[in-house]
Amino acid sequence: MNIMTWSSLNAGVATPEIFLLCATCAILLIDVFLSDAKRHISYVLTLAALVATGCLLVAGYSLQPQLAFNGMFIADPLASLSKLGMVVGVILMLVYGRGYAAVRGLFRGELFTLTLCALLGMMVMASAVNFVVLYVGLELLSLSLYALVALQRTSSRSTEAAMKYFILGALASGLLLYGMSMVYGATQSLDVFVIAQKIAHDEANRLLTVFGIVFIVTGLGFKLGAVPFHMWAPDVYDGAPTLVSQLIGSAPKVAAFAFIMRILAQALEGFAFDWRSMLMVLAVLSLVIGNVTAIAQVNIKRMFAYSTISHMGFLLLGIMAATPGGYAAAFFYAMTYMLTAAAGFGLIMLLSREGFEADQIADFRGLNKRSPWFAAMMLIVMFSMAGIPVFIGFFAKLAIIQALVGLGLVWLAVIAVLMSVIGAFYYLRVVKVMYFEDPTDTAPIAAGADAKLVLSVNCLLLLVLGMAPDRLLTALTTALQFSLHPGL
Amino acid sequence: MLENYFPILLFLIIGLLVGVAPMCLGWGVGKVLGTNKPDAEKLLPYECGFDAFEDARMQFDVRYYLVAILFILFDLEVAFLVPWALVLKDIGSFGFFSMMIFLAILVVGFIYEWMKGALEWE
Amino acid sequence: MITLTHYLVLAAILFAISVFGIFMNRKNLIVLLMAIELMLLAVNMNFIAFSQFLGDTAGQVFVFFILTVAAAESAIGLAILVVLFRGLRSIDVEDLDSLKG
Repeated sequence: MNIMTWSSLNAGVATPEIFLLCATCAILLIDVFLSDAKRHISYVLTLAALVATGCLLVAGYSLQPQLAFNGMFIADPLASLSKLGMVVGVILMLVYGRGYAAVRGLFRGELFTLTLCALLGMMVMASAVNFVVLYVGLELLSLSLYALVALQRTSSRSTEAAMKYFILGALASGLLLYGMSMVYGATQSLDVFVIAQKIAHDEANRLLTVFGIVFIVTGLGFKLGAVPFHMWAPDVYDGAPTLVSQLIGSAPKVAAFAFIMRILAQALEGFAFDWRSMLMVLAVLSLVIGNVTAIAQVNIKRMFAYSTISHMGFLLLGIMAATPGGYAAAFFYAMTYMLTAAAGFGLIMLLSREGFEADQIADFRGLNKRSPWFAAMMLIVMFSMAGIPVFIGFFAKLAIIQALVGLGLVWLAVIAVLMSVIGAFYYLRVVKVMYFEDPTDTAPIAAGADAKLVLSVNCLLLLVLGMAPDRLLTALTTALQFSLHPGL
Repeated sequence: MLENYFPILLFLIIGLLVGVAPMCLGWGVGKVLGTNKPDAEKLLPYECGFDAFEDARMQFDVRYYLVAILFILFDLEVAFLVPWALVLKDIGSFGFFSMMIFLAILVVGFIYEWMKGALEWE
Repeated sequence: MITLTHYLVLAAILFAISVFGIFMNRKNLIVLLMAIELMLLAVNMNFIAFSQFLGDTAGQVFVFFILTVAAAESAIGLAILVVLFRGLRSIDVEDLDSLKG
């Protein structure tokens, strides 16, 4: 038995997480002593903590994976890059959501600390290489999100959404855990690398492992919102305050990608044949049902929910390919989707005002006449989501399709393309409503200058990255190369 | 390859039976064997032989829930403390300070709930 | 002699009952919370059985974590329930129907 000591802990590897935890505790304590008028102090502190965490991540970035906490925690490029993405996603949420939260009484200390806790959970998920740590990270994220959805206590819609999210989220955790217990029974280990090794040496009980994989994939399907486990997603996106919808729709998708990579691609790599077929079913169903149902939506938050479902289908297709190219394409997809979704929800928030949510597609009528700048930004987001060339969404989809064609799965690629064409229909409908219809709502758009500036940068990034997607894709591919098989 | 999944199908079917069967059984047996002739006396709530003082379906004060929730959260940490205390001698200063860090985080939560007034009854 | 299989079957039965409790229950949200708790306990049963029969303590440590997380989860569930009750004056599952589309 190995006794743990401070030196074997190697805690320096987890500096960003440890810093974030301390900062969260500090902000929680400081905020309790602040009066409502001084709430912006916690807001500034939160943003500062996020920026500092980002800087620590960049400073500690190295291609060589490093283990810590007795082999339970790893800092590899996959973890570091996805964490960087999550930090950016959370910063965007707070910047876009400030005005939205302020007029709805959500601008409270709980918003900041719960958001930081959710981020901490995501970061732990991305770095965990032990089932216990993976589970704890996932629950830290989920529990914070349940509470965030219910943050607007006076709205019975959002508490109802929170209840639904809670029940299905808990069910998903249960399924995932049941699967993990089976894998544990089959391999005698909770460590990702040991499990992979046992499977590679054929020392794992095959039946138990396959059994476990079925439950794990079902649990992951629930968490991702993949069809047929998607029923919670539209209700939660619709019922939650928009800034929480943005949080759920953006950064956790990157965390989910890293989580899936740890469990399926690293621990259960030897059973790729089994989980690939399951992911394929989930992906195709998500693409078809997500895109077709999205057409019928009049509420833009629900439309985004179904569109997220279809995007998760694309993400799963990339993971399903189970090749380095496929994984890299899925990573690219998760990161760029995070940016696009953040901008999309951000626009809804900036258009809303006190007592008006701007969550119907009809609310975007004639936006071009009211504010050409807002309309242009929305145009970029919609084009990127639809996958129209030059915008980043196109290259994300292209990379996935290339990975599929490279495997000879042409029929899957054809389905993906067909569904993107159907998807383009409802995205372009929003564009049509903005540019070719007359405005019904003439109230001035009151958005803060800071949010407008960040949103412009965010949308420009969708365009600029779209013009030079190779660098990002290469960086992500190299990161995955060094992460997936670290000869530790 | 599909026969690999047969045990899982079996599991689902058996699970379905186990989940649904007791429900149907209870319902069916109750229908067949039970007699259902309610009258005013039978439907009366039973309270130690004398007439009920008040309706049994009274609502609890919401504040009970708050106390209960806080109790659940802080009570389960004992699950970590007991095994820790048992092996404290063997795990040395590392074990001691790890628990102190854990408790420090708990104290942060405690200060928060105290300052928010969650512990005040009135 | 009680073998590993007995424990696994018991855990599977508990798990099945809880999943059906979640999907079939149309009456009361508290019952849903209980079903969720039962599901986690079924998983714990699995972990402890494996841990005992494989002679590996990691499974039992995992159980500690699942227990604490389950407590936090039910605390959040109850908190959401109380807020929901204040708004709806009801905790019937069927009354959760304002979100549709």
